[in-house]
Amino acid sequence: MFQRLSDPMRKTVSFRFEGREIEAREGDSVAAALLAAGVDSLKDAPVSGAARGPYCMMGVCFECLVEIDGAGHQQACLAPVRAGMDVRRQPAARDVGAAVEGDGR
Amino acid sequence: MSTEIDVVVIGTGPAGMAAASAAAGAGASVAVLDEQSEPGGQIYRAVESVERRRPADLSFLGEAYAHGAKVAGAFRAVRTDYRPGATVWHIGARSKGGRRDVVLSRSGVAETLSARHVVIATGALERPVPIPGWTLPGVMTVGAVQSALKSSGIYPSGRLVLAGSGPLMLQLAAQLIAAHVAIAAIVDTTPPGGLARAFFHLPQALIGGETLLKGLKLRRTVLRSGVPIHAGASHLAAHGEGRLSSLSFTSAGVDYHLDADVVALHEGVIPNTQLSRLVNAEHRWDDVQRCFHPVTDQWGETSEPGIYVAGDGGGIAGALAAERSGRITGLAIARRLGLLADSARDLVAEEQRLRRFVDGAIRGFLDRYYPAPDWIGQVADDVVLCRCEEVTAGRLREAMAHGCSGPNQAKAFLRCGMGPCQGRMCANSVTEVMAAQSGSVPDEVGSFRIRPPAKPVTLAEVASLDVG
Repeated sequence: MFQRLSDPMRKTVSFRFEGREIEAREGDSVAAALLAAGVDSLKDAPVSGAARGPYCMMGVCFECLVEIDGAGHQQACLAPVRAGMDVRRQPAARDVGAAVEGDGR
Repeated sequence: MSTEIDVVVIGTGPAGMAAASAAAGAGASVAVLDEQSEPGGQIYRAVESVERRRPADLSFLGEAYAHGAKVAGAFRAVRTDYRPGATVWHIGARSKGGRRDVVLSRSGVAETLSARHVVIATGALERPVPIPGWTLPGVMTVGAVQSALKSSGIYPSGRLVLAGSGPLMLQLAAQLIAAHVAIAAIVDTTPPGGLARAFFHLPQALIGGETLLKGLKLRRTVLRSGVPIHAGASHLAAHGEGRLSSLSFTSAGVDYHLDADVVALHEGVIPNTQLSRLVNAEHRWDDVQRCFHPVTDQWGETSEPGIYVAGDGGGIAGALAAERSGRITGLAIARRLGLLADSARDLVAEEQRLRRFVDGAIRGFLDRYYPAPDWIGQVADDVVLCRCEEVTAGRLREAMAHGCSGPNQAKAFLRCGMGPCQGRMCANSVTEVMAAQSGSVPDEVGSFRIRPPAKPVTLAEVASLDVG
């Protein structure tokens, strides 16, 4: 739903989102790069599980939370893209009961 | 161990950059902390990169934006300990020696600075606009679209609807038009009769005549562009399954339902009071701008000694006025540090106050022409107020019926304001709804108490603090 203006002077950087290769530009935030790649659903709300995406793009709404290289709760609008980073959607709140069962206890 | 320093400035918008420039220019040791990767704040976001790497984009981003490069240049010219990518998550109590700990994280590592003076220059955020469907992906704010345009050179490519009221929306519309980006529609929620409402503030607005002319020019650009404008719109609602697909509203007695890929909402900006609340500074409700702001003296000092607020964080006055406020606060601090004589401080401060008056002269007019929304207190029961914990207005009202007496109790009743945004997205609406429901006034209702950490941090970050 977003496109880039012509931008010949910035180098391209690629990273992965949910396993998919995303081409970004140096200096992009993760959120901007994903918007430009047509991705605007970045997390699931913790109560209803409804999809959420960037709302403010300035670090206050926390609707763009993603997992970056295994670390959860990263604000995609504040995180600069780095080549090769592995970004994933942030799932809704974990089901504690299921996690305990999964542990076999 | 913490590093001792004269001044910590938080934020590098116009106020932060000017405060740091003034204090450091007088010889103070100044640390400047900012979440973004380069100076500019939101208003001048990425202005250095744009000037360096996308100079052609300045043609549509406009002169007011390009001015930021000058402010950033002056800031770069003084010696400060500037730390981009830093998040401040605690400001401690004042020690006997008159110092405060400012705790920050940078790349996952926490650190403490011990400062004599702390300038909070964290500016404003857009007033959250709780309409049905505002949590759907694709619903953003005008500022968000503008930030993406400034910092990454990206623009909404599908059916874009701008919906709301205020100068920022007008500015974005003009920028998009100049960049040849298609706008499907502008849904203008400004109530009719703006000129009559604002009439008595027109003479003062004329003092800052240039600003008024620039605004009229933007307005003309938008009106002549051929973008459909739905004036006097109300009852906005976003619709879609898992993602935005349309926006409905009423304009001139007619119900509309427009297909939309991106909706950019805007109902003005309000001070970001997270850090001034964290230090327990006194705040007051502004009935015209419908928001809380910290109470400050003529130098920007809050009720908490050694804590200053400069710029829009102290009340919305605009970027140029923020720059003046920052300079005044920087000078006041330099004086208190014994680096300037009273006379030297006053000479510049008087001039800056005069300029601030001129630069901010249009505000009274704008505040009435584009009045703050008066419907948030009456928002429908099924509308989400707290996006993080998904608390609706109805559940808040229900909790009140069960004895929930204020915003801080609402946290315990509903987890309202306790998600990752820590109330940034719902505080203003919660105060509005509770005041309307209880027949009280916002100053009585108050707002969330903000506790450290003021931003989510990991235990590893806390553990990385060298407290020895």
